[in-house]
Amino acid sequence: MRPPRMRWRDVEPYVFISPFMIGLVLFIVGPTFASLALSFTRFEFVAPPEFIGFENYDEMFAGDPKVWRSLWNTVYYMAGHIPLGMAMAFGVALMLNQKVWGQALFRTMYYLPSVTASVATAIVWSWVFNSRFGLLNNFLGLFGLEGPQWLADTRFAMPALIIISLWGMGSTIVIFLAALQGIPESLYESASIDGAGRARRLWHITIPMMTPAIFFVLIIQIVGSFQVFTNAFIITAGGPGDATLFFVLHLYNKAFVALRLGYASALAWLLFVIVLVFTIAQVLMARRWVYYEGEIR
Amino acid sequence: MSVQTRSVNVQDGPHRDQESVRIRPKYYRTWRVVQYTIIYVVLIGGSAFFVIPFLWMVRSSLMRPQDIFSVPAIIFPWPIHWVNYPDFWNALPFGRFFLNTAIVTFTATIGLTFSSALVAFGFARFRFRGRGFLFLLVLATMMLPKHVTLLPTFLLFRSIGWIDTLFPLIVPSLFGSAFSVFLLRQFFLTLPLELDEAARIDGANSFRIFWQIAIPLSKPAVATVALFAFIAHWNEFLDPLIYLSSMENFTVALGLRFFVSQYSGTFWELMMAASTAAMLPIVIVFFFTQRTFIRGVALTGIKG
Repeated sequence: MRPPRMRWRDVEPYVFISPFMIGLVLFIVGPTFASLALSFTRFEFVAPPEFIGFENYDEMFAGDPKVWRSLWNTVYYMAGHIPLGMAMAFGVALMLNQKVWGQALFRTMYYLPSVTASVATAIVWSWVFNSRFGLLNNFLGLFGLEGPQWLADTRFAMPALIIISLWGMGSTIVIFLAALQGIPESLYESASIDGAGRARRLWHITIPMMTPAIFFVLIIQIVGSFQVFTNAFIITAGGPGDATLFFVLHLYNKAFVALRLGYASALAWLLFVIVLVFTIAQVLMARRWVYYEGEIR
Repeated sequence: MSVQTRSVNVQDGPHRDQESVRIRPKYYRTWRVVQYTIIYVVLIGGSAFFVIPFLWMVRSSLMRPQDIFSVPAIIFPWPIHWVNYPDFWNALPFGRFFLNTAIVTFTATIGLTFSSALVAFGFARFRFRGRGFLFLLVLATMMLPKHVTLLPTFLLFRSIGWIDTLFPLIVPSLFGSAFSVFLLRQFFLTLPLELDEAARIDGANSFRIFWQIAIPLSKPAVATVALFAFIAHWNEFLDPLIYLSSMENFTVALGLRFFVSQYSGTFWELMMAASTAAMLPIVIVFFFTQRTFIRGVALTGIKG
């Protein structure tokens, strides 16, 4: 019996998707498991990896207070950055959605920092927050206020980074604005006829119709908060006194400064699990509050 | 009926019912004015937060060193100290940094866009076993932080001798990115299948349909993907930081960081000049393509 012949028609789709699939194996699936394997070893570049069981994990949970510090810092950052950023972006989007003059101009200005975000903007912000010669404290000085030492003060370094993060809310504004413009006018009209006022229309139409966009932004921002690196690395280098030590910065220090790749791999897996848990929790909770139009309940 | 006549009626109208109906337009108009005033004040105040740091950067980049540290601050640079620009440019091999960044950005952007389009076409235009699962896998990788795979990828590139070369910054992008595949697939799905069928009857194979029909019809989506890739590669910092060690291979982002670590706390005017120059290509690209951009961001949010 002859084996069934392979037909080009059946193989073709796989040829089209092969670039991504090869990349997936080489750069995502392979390294993810390699990272897990490395996390059970002592590997410091010089000698080959040596299996040490759960030692890295013991150290991570019981012997490295910086892990907890960096997670706490991330939570602190999220608690400021996410609610403030979303509320402000929502407010701005609502305003831009009124037929304001210069909508495109405002949108461009608000979005610009999102595309320039890199080392250069980090340098600019460290200059803005310079306690003596910076823009902010000079501005506060106009009102006779003496600004804090921002980046050199353990209490103010993180709030400063949160303020800097708000500079990047342009993409959230654009997403919200697009979602607002996607709400059919007829909903508002029929609500008005039924006698719904401004506040009621906002609460019963705008916000429910916006929940998919809010949900999307929320997930992106939570996942993003666990990955803050460039600003913390350039502006504060984690300091002062670990006040802005973010998780990925800690991982970087362990891997490329202390050269402990095994331990850093354990940190990477912790990051993976945390992000996974957050994402799954979000998706599960979304069923309770996200409204998809046309969905049957 | 005009608003004026109504307000006249209000003054002599004794009937409460009518009055409440009549009074509304006047009150409403005042309320609109107040409302729009508040909106403009907030929007303009808000744009100050977004724009002023850029202006402060440019202002500082044009100051003499003795002026930049004056208390209280001088707002406008005078005399304009252009020489900061050649000074920073010559302090480090910035020409080289720009060239390296351009090489990485262009090759990675072209590779990423092409591969992502090919993969997206595969998912949008064929039925095959495992399609649903594989596409879910593509989406799932969007949530995976790159730091999880960072160290093994680093070791992989080290084992083939690519440390301190530009390859690790380019090669992973040549396989496409999940986000771009997703965005392009959404777009391809909107193209009518009849086009494919007509082309097929005329004897075109799938690759020709992809290249000569799907791509030309999807220019906006392709442009969006290419722009996002361009920005991401131009701004990338972590990869250059871990892979590049000799100065002649630095990208702009890494060169800037080296500059800061050398002159921390001093030479702010040179650092601001360097930062301005580093952002300039991005700002120019953004201003010419902002519609494409904003549409792309909006798309991700709605369809996401």
